[in-house]
Amino acid sequence: MVKRYKSGGSQPVLPSEITPESVYRDRRRFMQAALSVAALPVVGLPSLTEAAGYDIPADLPRYKGPDWLQPKLAEAGRNAELSTRETLAPYYNVITHNNFYEFGTDKRDPVRNAQEFKTDPWMVEISGEVAKPGNYHLEDILAPHALEDRVYRLRCVEAWSMVIPWLGFPLADLIKRFEPTSKAKYVQFTTLLDKEQMPGQRGFFSTIKWPYVEGLRMDEAMHPLTLMAVGLYGNALPPQNGAPLRLVVPWKYGFKSIKSIVRIHFSETMPATSWNMTAPDEYGFYANVNPEVDHPRWSQATERRLPSSLLTPNIIDTLPFNGYADQVAHLYKGMDLTQWF
Amino acid sequence: MVSVAPMRLFRWWLFFLLLLLPLGMLVEGLLTNDLGADPAKYIVKELGFWALCWLWLTLAVTPLRKFFGWRWLMAYRRMFGLYAFFYAVLHLLAFATFLLGWRWDMLMTELTKRPYIVMGSLALLLLLPLAVTSTQKMQRRLGRRWKKLHLLIYPASLLVLFHFVWQIRSDFFQQLIFAILLAILLGYRLYLKRRS
Repeated sequence: MVKRYKSGGSQPVLPSEITPESVYRDRRRFMQAALSVAALPVVGLPSLTEAAGYDIPADLPRYKGPDWLQPKLAEAGRNAELSTRETLAPYYNVITHNNFYEFGTDKRDPVRNAQEFKTDPWMVEISGEVAKPGNYHLEDILAPHALEDRVYRLRCVEAWSMVIPWLGFPLADLIKRFEPTSKAKYVQFTTLLDKEQMPGQRGFFSTIKWPYVEGLRMDEAMHPLTLMAVGLYGNALPPQNGAPLRLVVPWKYGFKSIKSIVRIHFSETMPATSWNMTAPDEYGFYANVNPEVDHPRWSQATERRLPSSLLTPNIIDTLPFNGYADQVAHLYKGMDLTQWF
Repeated sequence: MVSVAPMRLFRWWLFFLLLLLPLGMLVEGLLTNDLGADPAKYIVKELGFWALCWLWLTLAVTPLRKFFGWRWLMAYRRMFGLYAFFYAVLHLLAFATFLLGWRWDMLMTELTKRPYIVMGSLALLLLLPLAVTSTQKMQRRLGRRWKKLHLLIYPASLLVLFHFVWQIRSDFFQQLIFAILLAILLGYRLYLKRRS
């Protein structure tokens, strides 16, 4: 089943036309991958050709990631059920336009400043209210998890959005392995603190206290949509997009989806989160996408979906919970979302 | 007059082209598709930034003239001011076209919900009469009132600074620099006034 792939602006191209021939010739890899797809407990029909056939222009870098990640990337299958069918943001937009203040505050800074960022080997500390705390190699953390290809909408709090194909696995599966205790009510994530590698952490004029921290309520963390991503567009995560391990919570504003995670901490009390500490009246702990609750300085009713053409900007209405209300609205039943923004 | 003309002409063109350069680079970037993944936002931000720079430059003319005795600089103040206005108008047009697509409902929301956009719009509104009365003819016709009218550049510059500061997300380096510069430029005038 070869499907036509839509990519922003350009005309539909057959995946077989744009994917390097070698990938298609690699029969052995294809067979392996096909087998693993058959074994995936995924409803719908994950199409391998679809996942492999991303439209990546030849002049843009592909991020391979470490050797040990290769079989996992190759075996990843599309989770069609949890993926949107909206037009993907072009690869160029995804890897060159994002916020990652550790590498600079301009949207083009991360791609400029993160290319030398060392993301392997990588250690992740699991701590707090869990039966199996410790320091783990990322390779060991990933070992038992099969990767899924999931296409999510990403809505930035600054009122722009993109559709991105991530590669990852449910955070819930990871959490279960480390056996949180009954006291674990929240999960806090921490980004690497490394002034040498991250120029943004050296600045005198930033109001963010480093390292960057984010958090989720346990039920949010266990939700099947909540993804731990290690790749995008069929490849490993680029350093500027939060390699080697990042969170993706598609119904929340982008800043919740913390990048380059080095610590996952379980606690009984609500953890501090970076933007909330910086401007508590502007950024809440929950930060669910909500067109009804404006940012104090701008409206959240609409968003500019990138890519956006100059003369006809691609302005669309923002949906409650970024269009994932059916799946997640029940988590916030009875809560006043204007208070818990 | 004839003898100083070539130097003057050279300076005039130098400034004229120098202040046009950022716009030229934007156009060049646009034509070569080199403005990044979100050219709309980039163009709007750049135009705003340069409007700010040229407004500060306009305000710097008097202090520079008095401090360094650069009397010749005075002849270019109008050009600087008009460039500031020109970039500010382009900035607003780019915002309304590239970011809002001239959706009037959104324009209204932006004007009521984004305080920094109110500030920016007000600043542009204050600069409008200054641009209109910038000709020598108008200057002569208005006489003493011209100078009074053009004091509007001070509140306009403060509004522009607020417009800029109100958009701080986390890093405030640029805003700090421009605030300090404006404090110097306006402070110098207060100092002169008090001394006289």
